[in-house]
Amino acid sequence: MIAELPAGLILIAAGLALPLLPRAARAPLALAAPALAFAQLLGMAPGYRLEAEAFGFVLTLVRADRLSLVFGYIFTIAALLNAIFAWQVRDGPEQPAALVYAGSALAAVFAGDLLTLFVFWELSAVASALVIWARGTQRAYRAGMRYMAIQLGSGMLLAAGAALRYAETGSLAFDFIGLASPGGVLILAACGVKCAFPLLHNWLQDAYPEASATGTVVLSAFTTKLGIYALARGFPGTEALIWIGTAMTAFPIFYAVIENDLRRVLAYSVNNQLGFMVVGIGLGTDLGLNGAIAHAFADILFKALLFMSMGAVLLRAGSVNGTDLGGLHKSMPLTTGFCIVGAASISAFPLFSGFVTKSMIIVSAAQQGHEGVWLVLLFASAGVFHHAGIKIPFFAFFAHDSGIRCQEAPAHMLVAMALAAALCIGIGIFPEALYAILPRPVEYVPYTASHVLSQLQLLVFSALAFSWLMRSGIYPSEMRSVNLDFDWLYRGPGKRLALGALDALAMLRRTLDQAAHRAGGGIGNWVRLHHAAQGVLARTWSTGGMALWVALMLGAYLLVYYL
Amino acid sequence: MTLAHLPALEVVVPLLAAPLAVLLRRSSLAWAIATAACAFSFAVALLLASEVSAHGPISYHLGSWPPPWGIEYRVDALSAFVLVLVSGIGTLTALYAWRSIAAELPRDQIYLYYALHCLCVAGLLGMTITGDAFNLFVFMEIASLSSYVLIALGRDRRALVAAYQYLILGTIGATFYVIGVGLLYLSTGTLNMDDLAARLPQAASPRAVLAALAFITVGVSLKLALFPLHLWLPNAYAYAPSAVTAFLAATATKVSVYVLLRFYFGIFGLELVAESLPMREILLVLSLVAIVTASLVALWQADLKRLFAYSSVAQIGYITLGISMASRDGLTAAVVHLFNHGVTKGALFLLVGGIALRAGSAGLECARGLGRTMPLTSLGIVIAGLSLIGVPGTAGFVSKWYLVLGAIEAGRWWLVAFVVATSLIAVAYVWRFVEAAYLSAPGGRTPEPGETPATMLVPAWILVAACVGFGLQTSWTVGGAQRAAALLLGGAP
Repeated sequence: MIAELPAGLILIAAGLALPLLPRAARAPLALAAPALAFAQLLGMAPGYRLEAEAFGFVLTLVRADRLSLVFGYIFTIAALLNAIFAWQVRDGPEQPAALVYAGSALAAVFAGDLLTLFVFWELSAVASALVIWARGTQRAYRAGMRYMAIQLGSGMLLAAGAALRYAETGSLAFDFIGLASPGGVLILAACGVKCAFPLLHNWLQDAYPEASATGTVVLSAFTTKLGIYALARGFPGTEALIWIGTAMTAFPIFYAVIENDLRRVLAYSVNNQLGFMVVGIGLGTDLGLNGAIAHAFADILFKALLFMSMGAVLLRAGSVNGTDLGGLHKSMPLTTGFCIVGAASISAFPLFSGFVTKSMIIVSAAQQGHEGVWLVLLFASAGVFHHAGIKIPFFAFFAHDSGIRCQEAPAHMLVAMALAAALCIGIGIFPEALYAILPRPVEYVPYTASHVLSQLQLLVFSALAFSWLMRSGIYPSEMRSVNLDFDWLYRGPGKRLALGALDALAMLRRTLDQAAHRAGGGIGNWVRLHHAAQGVLARTWSTGGMALWVALMLGAYLLVYYL
Repeated sequence: MTLAHLPALEVVVPLLAAPLAVLLRRSSLAWAIATAACAFSFAVALLLASEVSAHGPISYHLGSWPPPWGIEYRVDALSAFVLVLVSGIGTLTALYAWRSIAAELPRDQIYLYYALHCLCVAGLLGMTITGDAFNLFVFMEIASLSSYVLIALGRDRRALVAAYQYLILGTIGATFYVIGVGLLYLSTGTLNMDDLAARLPQAASPRAVLAALAFITVGVSLKLALFPLHLWLPNAYAYAPSAVTAFLAATATKVSVYVLLRFYFGIFGLELVAESLPMREILLVLSLVAIVTASLVALWQADLKRLFAYSSVAQIGYITLGISMASRDGLTAAVVHLFNHGVTKGALFLLVGGIALRAGSAGLECARGLGRTMPLTSLGIVIAGLSLIGVPGTAGFVSKWYLVLGAIEAGRWWLVAFVVATSLIAVAYVWRFVEAAYLSAPGGRTPEPGETPATMLVPAWILVAACVGFGLQTSWTVGGAQRAAALLLGGAP
């Protein structure tokens, strides 16, 4: 029976049931649901489909193939890690919303048609906004509103694209879409919002750091990777994605270097890592696409690990601002260790997961003759080592001693971090296991002398640069500041412009209204005059008047027909 | 043996139940007879529908006289669909009437209501099933005369005036119809619909045929309350007994739409009506005006029955809008909305009848605070209201979806925007009920009204459930409508 249910629905049902249970049973259920879903996915063979009929369409609720299964595995693993990490969070809407969010992302990955995809796409948007609101602060509320408006907008783009595609092709199937039709362009834009394409990216840095210590962990896993999945399914080999992705890897670095809120730094690094995946999908070769998917898999793990370590710091030290922290390695040695594992993974140290996945994309770019892209990707790799690999652990746990003496993270958080760290190292040492579940055949060998050496050179020189800059005092010191990004345009002058325009419109309307009023009543009055209770269209007519209309209509029809 | 006579029994059983109810006189016996007869017709209609979808159209020769001389009963994808709607709503309103009519009529008149209800059901079923243009007129008169009396049964004295106006207008409509049929008979010498369709192209005088088309169009437009010939409808619906309002709103106008479809596509044919004459344009304009003005008028009504009556005029506009597209998707939308709107409006008027019973009138001021005092009734109105608006997951959405598809197919993007925008007016007038029922304090009446009696609530909620059910499980309605649309576009029925 349960084997018949789509895995995502298990999580959604569990999320909805959670608030109804006694407190003691909530955390075990939140853990059991993803475990059950994971077990179900392990038993699911590629090629399995579950179809249902609704709205007069045959909807494919589950379409299992190698691509959707990889994302299915990692999404359920992420939900599991989150359940352990948030073991103590039992009240409030956060855990139910997180489960529904994970479940709808999972269901979206298995959706075989655009209508099903749209439904779960929107559901995940609403549920994830709830996760942000669950922190309960005014800032979180406002950020959540902005976040939801943008995410629902992405859903609208998807719906419009799907409708256009249906009108063009007569099918709602979600397979390769491409940019040949306007529907495809709209769907790409919808994915672009989810993947935080440049200029569409601000919701990410805006909203993620505003969620609670546990909320950010769950947010980091699903929304953007759902976008990556949709791109990998619908737009592999679309050349525009190479350039978009390249820009994505490079520009967040500068922001990340000067940002003070360490979780916001990580949000910028999400952006940067997504860029690598987008490039891989744009290349569209076996190696590039496999690399993108493998990197998404690895990224969910090490990004969750990094956000978990920052969440633990936020919980214990009360802040994640670089200026407030430092020297925490004395109080939180285990968390420090796990954070360094995550940092090493994102920086692609050999023997860590990032190394075996990111290099696939970079090598593929070189093989396709995109030297410029290859160079930018190398620069971005160095940059990510800089801000995520060194800056995060350095400012949080080392640097100058802030004097904060706190407890080590709670045991369940340590367990979750340990599991994630083990997976990061495991993938780094035994990449074959990950390669075996990728959708296309893999002939790539990560551990060759040249790969290892060139990566180590990159890392060593990057570290050297960091130390030299720190020593010489050129490195921008941590400051409490607000960094202006593109969203300043629409949150600042844009908002004022819009408000101004509304004011102007209101003025215009008032003027017009007055003019119309002088001319004998505005349109509103006209409508009211004719439609309200005693208006000519609403009052009871005399029988003769009604019959007159009949005669008029007959005359009109005869006239028109004879002419 | 009996099975072969099912098409005749469909009409004859409710027709004979009427005099039986009069002879028996006792109100409980009359109720039992009427309900049983309608339920029988409903069962037969379902049987016929499954038979038609399995084996194609059924042709039944009354008295074994073969057409075109004898009268033919014809059940095909379209008429089977309408038969199910009419007999189903007829059964539910008969059940509902047990409490509702007992409260509204003097005891010694109750049997008359059931007799007239059976006559009206028989008339509407006959209009739907017959394949003979003149026989259709006979049944139209049976249905109309009984509905005039049914409306006049209303407690409000204004019911008499409303019924009188409807009588005058309805008679003009029926007369126009019969003049049209007479002209057709003069031109072709036949009354059988199939035969008419075959002979019309060779008709001696094309002018007479055009005049026939004009007379029939106006006559039927009156019956289906197409703007601006809808003026009789709001009062008739507002002052009739609640069960009558629900039954007529859900079926009478819908059967007239069916007649219009039959004549336009089945008899006159697409080439004449849509291609050489500007039917599409005229119908389009009238539909758009109907949707906008009737929705706006509904916005200012102070009485729930009148509010939903004007909304009916607007919803009929959506049906004729579908017809005006004269395309596969457009006709599918028209036929499926004919059914879905019947179900939705039936549910709404049955529930409003509950409010009228408990709160004394269907005025909006009586709806204040009903969310608390009559929770099931209010919730039902909200769900059916969502279907009226066309929210996804309800029956109304399915119709609008096909309407939008039809508009896209025709390349009329502004029409898509129009359908969505006018749905917003529906949101506004449904919201007026929500505001009164859930957001206003109760009107301070003592004693507070209780929930609608179960015998009224159950039939109403069956229809509310159908609003949601047909919104999710669309294969039967959309499948039937698509077959009907294919049949209409394929030429003769």
